[in-house]
Amino acid sequence: MLYAFLCYNDEDAVFSWSQAQDDAVMAALGKVHERLEKAGRIGPTARLMPTTAATTLRKDTDPPLVLDGPYAETKEQLLGFYVIECADLEAALDVARDLARANPGGAYEVRPVRGFSPGALAAAAPGA
Amino acid sequence: MSEVDWIDAALTGARPQAIGALLRYFRDLDLAEEAYQDACLRALRSWPKQGPPRDAAAWLIMVGRNAAIDQVRRGARQTALPDEAALSDLDDVEAPLAERLDGAHYRDDVLRLLFICCHPDLPATQQIALALRIVSGLSVRQIARAFLVGETAMEQRITRAKARIAKADTPFETPGPIERAERLAAVMTMIYLVFNEGYSAGPAGEDERGALADEAIRLARLLLRLFAAEPEVMGLLALMLLQHARAAARFDAAGEIVLLDDQDRDLWNRRMIGEGLALIDKAIRHRRRGAYQVQAAIAALHVRAARPADTDWTQIDALYAALEQLDPSPVVTLNRAVAVSKVRGPEAALAMIAPLEARLGGYFHYFGLKGALLKQLGRAAEAGRAFDQAISLAATPAQAAHIRQHLDQLAGEGAAGR
Repeated sequence: MLYAFLCYNDEDAVFSWSQAQDDAVMAALGKVHERLEKAGRIGPTARLMPTTAATTLRKDTDPPLVLDGPYAETKEQLLGFYVIECADLEAALDVARDLARANPGGAYEVRPVRGFSPGALAAAAPGA
Repeated sequence: MSEVDWIDAALTGARPQAIGALLRYFRDLDLAEEAYQDACLRALRSWPKQGPPRDAAAWLIMVGRNAAIDQVRRGARQTALPDEAALSDLDDVEAPLAERLDGAHYRDDVLRLLFICCHPDLPATQQIALALRIVSGLSVRQIARAFLVGETAMEQRITRAKARIAKADTPFETPGPIERAERLAAVMTMIYLVFNEGYSAGPAGEDERGALADEAIRLARLLLRLFAAEPEVMGLLALMLLQHARAAARFDAAGEIVLLDDQDRDLWNRRMIGEGLALIDKAIRHRRRGAYQVQAAIAALHVRAARPADTDWTQIDALYAALEQLDPSPVVTLNRAVAVSKVRGPEAALAMIAPLEARLGGYFHYFGLKGALLKQLGRAAEAGRAFDQAISLAATPAQAAHIRQHLDQLAGEGAAGR
């Protein structure tokens, strides 16, 4: 079963990390990613810019309304996601625990994927 | 990342909101700051044992407020409030407070804090010092080093700023719409001054001054969260990100300035560039031009060029012309002259800056550019005089060293011609 891992954390804290702290978290996460990659279980992943870079299009009005900022003001913000193949929920929670040890604070929402397409994108450099 | 690092980042992130809320309770900067410090000390003791709270800011506000009330009461009678270890079931105690913190309070608290630090009664130097101390939480020592003044002098500057605020009329009220716009402009100016202190310092990351640029970016993100639809705030943040993205390439191993044309563009920070460009896109949709947006657009044209030769100087010239309208200053015209020299040649640029000499006679960059233009035109003797003047006005060793390179080249060319 495919699971989406939606990564929530307090962006005030995350964007207060120094470059060295950020690098340390990324290195620790990298080890978890590598294990999953070797097992062929990890799909698309993304790390998102802060919510200040977000724009929201409300489609419940006609014409749709374009608003600056994230969809919802929350205490912890959606800062990234993974798509990972896991045998079952327990296996998915194990992955979430591994990720959590590498990247403390916040929460992972583990959500089974209903439909999936790998898309047409090759890996792109951020900002490119 | 170690536990201490993690807690440190959480405390830094929660600081503006926590101090802002404590200020709402106590209406006294010193008391709010002390309460926050107290809460931080308790967090350092409690969080490693009890685990981190779900909402760091709410925890700090509650514990800080209790500690301060406790301290006030202690004068009268010895009644201690339960200590934070008793607050182990954090969700229970936090819930009602956290709810109250949502929405309006968060915005108003942080805004009030920023507005107080940029109170119109305070000179810019005091605004900056106060904001770095109160909002960013830098130590007096760090701020003193960043501004190259003694610790005692900086302490006095901050104390004076606080005293002025205490005397000011209704400093803790959230201002009305018109005053709000003025105060917002003051906050943006303060943030950009902080950035420029860091940006002009020298090789990044080397000392406290370099860290100021990062701090300014953090403050601008905070401000944009409060004014999510304000294109000038987007422009300010974009401008700083796009400038700071070049930090690693701006100085060579010896600490000397590397000009834009000579920078190794692979050293530019793509993540910051990406965020900066995204913010410009957002700002442009509002169709309300402003000085920060135009400057950000200029910076964007520089970073979008894969090679120096690809730079769209014609567009940069047009943007500087727009900036001259929005925010006229001789320094803007001086910068425009660089673009003009690329589009129409050094002669035209020299004619453009000639009338500025009376007003920029004490400005390093004026003579640096004048010398460079004269040098391009082969007027070596005049170029040498301009460079000499530039060196006498250099603010940093890196600036002086850069001009000396020009002088060495002139000397070399002169010798070759003989």
